Amino acid sequence: MFGMGLYAAHAEPEIHAPMASTTCPTSSIAAFAPMGARHVLVLGGIALIAGGMLFGDIFAVFVLHQNGGRTGEALLAATRAVAAGDSAAVRQDFARIGDLLEDHGTKLDAHAHIIAAGYLALLLALLQPYVALNSRSRKLLAQLFVGGGLLLPLGIFLIHYVGLAYSPFPVIGWASVLADSAGALLIAALIAEAWGLWRYFRGVRTDGAEPELPPDNSWESRTLLAGGTVLILLGFLYGAWYAGLDLYEHESREKTILSAMLTTSAGSSADAAQFVKDYGGLQAEKAVDIAAHSHLIEFGMLAILLSFIQPFVFLGSRWKRFWVKLLLAGSMILPAFVLLETHLGLITGGIADVGGLMVLIALMGMLAGVLRYSGALDAQREDAR
Amino acid sequence: MSAARKLLIFGGLVLAGFGMLYGLHYALFVEHQTLDRMGSSLATAFVEAADRNLPAARLAIDDYAATKYDYVRQVDAHSHWIGLAMLMIIFGVVLDRMAFTGRTRFRIAGALALGSFSFPGAVILQTFTHGSPLASALAVTGSALVIGAMAAAAVGFARESS
Repeated sequence: MFGMGLYAAHAEPEIHAPMASTTCPTSSIAAFAPMGARHVLVLGGIALIAGGMLFGDIFAVFVLHQNGGRTGEALLAATRAVAAGDSAAVRQDFARIGDLLEDHGTKLDAHAHIIAAGYLALLLALLQPYVALNSRSRKLLAQLFVGGGLLLPLGIFLIHYVGLAYSPFPVIGWASVLADSAGALLIAALIAEAWGLWRYFRGVRTDGAEPELPPDNSWESRTLLAGGTVLILLGFLYGAWYAGLDLYEHESREKTILSAMLTTSAGSSADAAQFVKDYGGLQAEKAVDIAAHSHLIEFGMLAILLSFIQPFVFLGSRWKRFWVKLLLAGSMILPAFVLLETHLGLITGGIADVGGLMVLIALMGMLAGVLRYSGALDAQREDAR
Repeated sequence: MSAARKLLIFGGLVLAGFGMLYGLHYALFVEHQTLDRMGSSLATAFVEAADRNLPAARLAIDDYAATKYDYVRQVDAHSHWIGLAMLMIIFGVVLDRMAFTGRTRFRIAGALALGSFSFPGAVILQTFTHGSPLASALAVTGSALVIGAMAAAAVGFARESS
C-alpha cells in the first residue's frame, strides 16, 4: 500500500510547494501502514546504507592510511630480519602483518556488507507487490532481513577483536559464527521472498498485498534514474579496463617485487626499503582501482533505488532537487578523486572523503524526508480518531 | 508481468541467493584456510630467505601468488554475482520505463541475465585453469553482455526522458 497511496500524496499540490505540507491524503494513511513490510525495508535499508557509508568514511579517515603505514613498517622490519638471518623475528613480523591485514580486511568487509544489505532491503521493498505472502509473514521477513543485515557486518567487524577466544573450532571464532549465522538468516529471508514471488508468478494473490509503484516522472526520479545508469555504466567500463589492462600486470608486478625484496634482503648487500615502498605503492594502486570501480557502481545503484522512493520524500521540490544534485555530485567526486590519490597525494584523498560525506548527507536528507512523511501520516491518523 | 521482467526479477533473486550461498560456503569452508595458506606461504618465503635458502623462498612466493590469484577471483565472483543480481532486480522493476519494444526489452533482459550468470562463473573457472584462454574469453564475453545491456538500458531511459 506504500506505493500507490504515497504516490497519490505526491500528486497533491502542497507536496510540491517549497515548504512541504504536513498533511497527507486520507487514501495514503492505509497505504503506509506503520511498520509494514515495505516501511521496515525502506527505513531499514536507508539506515543500513547510511550507517555503512558513515563507517566507511570513518574507516577511510582514521584507519586506512594508518593501517597501511604500520603494515609497511612491519614488512620493512621483516626484510631487515631476513638480512640479519633472524627467522624468529621474521615470524614475529609476519604475525603482526597478519594481524594488521585482518584489522583492515574485516573493517572493509563490514563496510561493504552493511551497504549491500541496505541495497537488498530497498530492492525487496520494491518487490513487495509481487510477494504473494500474507502481510504478517512479509513484515516478519522484512524484520529478519534488516536484523540480519545489521548482525552480519557487526559479526565481521568483531572478528578481529574476538579472535578465537573460547571457540571450539580451529580457525573460526565466535564473531565469525555470528556473521555466518546472520548471513544464513539473510539467505533464508531471501529464499522465503523468492517463494512468495514464485507463488505470485503462479497466480496466487493474497489480501493486503501492496500495490505496484506507479510511474513517477518527476525531475528528481528521472535524474536519479539516468544518473545512476550512467554511473553504473562508467563503473563497468572502468572495471573492464582494470581487468583487461591492470589486473594481470599488478599480479605479475607483486611477484616480481616480492622476489626482488627477498633476494636483496638475503644478499645483505642493500636495504630493501625501496622494494617495500614499491610494494606499498602497488597495493595502493590496486586499492584505488577497485574502490573507484566498486563505488561508481554502488552509487549508481543507490541513485536508481532512491529514484523509486522520491514520491515518499516529504520535502519541498527545491530541497528534493538539492539532495539529488548533492548525491550525484558526491557520487562522481569520490571515485574520481580516489583515482587521483596515487598521483596527487593525500589532499585528493581528503576531497574523495568529502565526496563520500556529500552522498551520506544527501541520503540522510532523503531519509529525513521519508521520516517526515511517516510522521505526517501518523499525525493524520491521530486526527482521524 | 512481462516475461522480461519475470526473467530479471526472479533470475536476480535466484542469482543473489546463489551468490550468498556461495559466499556462505566460501566463508565456512574455504576463506579462512585460503587466508592461512596465503599468510603462511609469504611468511615461509621470508623465513627461507632469512635461512639463505632462496630457491625455497621463490617456491613459497610462487605458492603465495597462486593462492592469491584464486582468492582474488573467488571473492570477486561472490561480490559480482550479488551485485549483478541486484542490478537485474532493479532493472526488472524499471524495465517498463525503457522506451523500447517488448522484444528489444526481452533481448536486453536476456543479455543482462546471461552476462550476470556467466561473467562471475567464468571468473571462478579461471581458478581451476590458471591462464586458460577459454575462461578469459568467457569472462570477457559475459562482461561485454552486461556492458552492452547497460548501455542499451541507458539509451532506453534517455529516449523516454527526451
